[in-house]
Amino acid sequence: MGSWIRGATGCVAAVAGMVLAAQGAVAGPTLDAIKAHGKLRCGVSPSSAGFAYPDDKGRMLGLDAEVCRAVAAAALGDGDKVEFVPLTTNVRFQALQSGEVDLLSRQTTETFSRDVTLGMNFAPVVFYDGQGVMVPKSLGVKSAMDLDGAAICILPGTTTEQNIADWFRTRGMTFESVVFEQPDEWRNAFFQGRCDVLTTDRSDLASSRAVANNPADYVILPETISKEPLAPVVRHGDDQWLDIVTWTVNGLIAAEEKGITRENAAKLAAESQDPEIQRMLGTSEDLGAQLGLDKDWLLRVITTVGNYGEMFDRNLGPGTPLDLERGQNTLWTDGGLLYAPPFR
Amino acid sequence: MPVSRFGPAEALAAPLAPPAARGRLAQIRATYFGTPRNAVVSLFCLALIVLAGQATAEWLLLDAVWAGGPEACKAGEGACWPFLAEKLRFAVFGFFPYEQQWRPGVAMLLLLAMCAATMLPALWRRELLLGWVLALLAMYLLMAGGILGLVPVPTSQWGGLPLTLMLAVVGFGAGFPLGVALALGRRSRLPAIRTLCTAYIELIRGVPLISLLFMASVMLPLFLPEGWTIDKVLRAQVAIILFAAAYIAEVVRGGLQGIDKGQYEAATAVGLGYWQNMILVILPQALRIVIPPMVTLFIGFFQDTTLVTIVGLFDFLSSIRAAQRDPSWQGIAVLEGYAFAAVVFFVFCWTMARYSRWLEARFDVGHK
Repeated sequence: MGSWIRGATGCVAAVAGMVLAAQGAVAGPTLDAIKAHGKLRCGVSPSSAGFAYPDDKGRMLGLDAEVCRAVAAAALGDGDKVEFVPLTTNVRFQALQSGEVDLLSRQTTETFSRDVTLGMNFAPVVFYDGQGVMVPKSLGVKSAMDLDGAAICILPGTTTEQNIADWFRTRGMTFESVVFEQPDEWRNAFFQGRCDVLTTDRSDLASSRAVANNPADYVILPETISKEPLAPVVRHGDDQWLDIVTWTVNGLIAAEEKGITRENAAKLAAESQDPEIQRMLGTSEDLGAQLGLDKDWLLRVITTVGNYGEMFDRNLGPGTPLDLERGQNTLWTDGGLLYAPPFR
Repeated sequence: MPVSRFGPAEALAAPLAPPAARGRLAQIRATYFGTPRNAVVSLFCLALIVLAGQATAEWLLLDAVWAGGPEACKAGEGACWPFLAEKLRFAVFGFFPYEQQWRPGVAMLLLLAMCAATMLPALWRRELLLGWVLALLAMYLLMAGGILGLVPVPTSQWGGLPLTLMLAVVGFGAGFPLGVALALGRRSRLPAIRTLCTAYIELIRGVPLISLLFMASVMLPLFLPEGWTIDKVLRAQVAIILFAAAYIAEVVRGGLQGIDKGQYEAATAVGLGYWQNMILVILPQALRIVIPPMVTLFIGFFQDTTLVTIVGLFDFLSSIRAAQRDPSWQGIAVLEGYAFAAVVFFVFCWTMARYSRWLEARFDVGHK
């Protein structure tokens, strides 16, 4: 009996030891842990057209996935040193908190409660989404203000449903809701003319329009009903890591503003006389060292994924099946919301 | 001279049942068109079957698009098979690195080969257990890598059919001994053990698998200190094992109750102790009775593993769903992936069901 207990205790201890040893405790700053691991563990959506989706070979594509690659290029020197961890919406925050991922780049809307009470920090917004409305062109509607009394196809129990009801009520307008359980059913109902209006996030509307038989017959109206700023997320408590992610995103935006592209980045680094470009690309001052990185960190980011505009065009813009307008996601100089603080 | 029988010979020769209709056609007529009402019902059902069959055949084969890209599928009416051809490897292997996918492929074949071997009663020996241990170890090393020049692949990239099979087979295989122990414990004469086992079984059976998976995946990591994580696949696997054990325990208990009391008494009378009694006399008989319900249970478990999608594991079904979100195919190919999944699940489940029938016949369980 005694030997049996000893054996069992030893066995349990050995298993526990293996589990802990295999995972290793992440102590100290995130950057060191990532360097030790050799890869950036990045939580992404398993499948969301344009943001993160696997190609035929299982390689992650999309805007969110490229943010991961950009951060890996900055922190580890190689944009391919990313371990993509597909996460569903209900486990994403827990995965970040428990250290299963180092960065969450998963179409996550920045809100007060997530930032303050969930123990997370948001990097700058990479995509300003918002609920929009789509109508057939044949309806001749130019603005959502003309939609009084319209029949609207919605999915039940979503914030979408609540937002549209609030929006109509505050303007003293009425609408008739046509409710569907399944996204496919809901989309098809609209295309078959069972309702006048389809409403959801603008990026979703665009991908819905892309699958219509004749996408040119539908128009997304200019009004945005709710704010959905989508941003990368990191854990509270490691300011250096937050800075790296923040300034990687800022760098992508600033690069577009300064006209630095994937093609000309190396050339500009060698030749440009613009002091800010010189600082960004590490030819004059060494900003990288202040982040705990090397001089070429941002040059590497841009040669890996290009600037923000290039990323947008490649994944979401015209020419992709999603065919999204830049809209609010354009530089402040063009009337958009993208505004990176100066690099100095 | 025939063996003499009791009673008059005529009585034995007399038919015991009404004369059976001759020929298959006549039999069908008698069964389905015996009365006018039967005939109407039969015709109605036949019409339904023909209609459904025709629609299915048109979608699956006649109107299907066999070649081309998304544009061809958008124009076509039927199923879009080029989608499946393009996404097949992703559907089967999920996020496992493309160049390394031979590894889960070999691991899966190894697992299926071991399952096939285990299905043959002629091979039920101690060596089989050793074979399983070695096969599982080999599978793990193949999938995880890190030795013999294999690139390490973290479990977050395991997925597809190999993961589904692994969760089901390992869950059931490891749950089985635990389940047998629980079943014996529940019938134990020691109150502490009996209460403990009963409480465990009732507790686990009282909650759905999905909540157990959630506990393992979402709650557990929050109790651990930050940075100490237990692997996600391991967490889900343990949850499935614990869940399976409780159900197996109840099935085995049913088998134990089916054994005649005389067996226990006889074994005790020849001087066997409790364990010898159980291992040599009772369990071999009890387990034999419960083979059919056990297979049913396994089929259910095999299908239930698709629930791991909720905790972010990419089993076979969720890999297919992920593949559908490719923007170039989105909204164009929806049912094709599900049709493929249905066929794969059906093949596995049907094979198991047939096996169960065969085993039943072999052991003559039904006529006990």
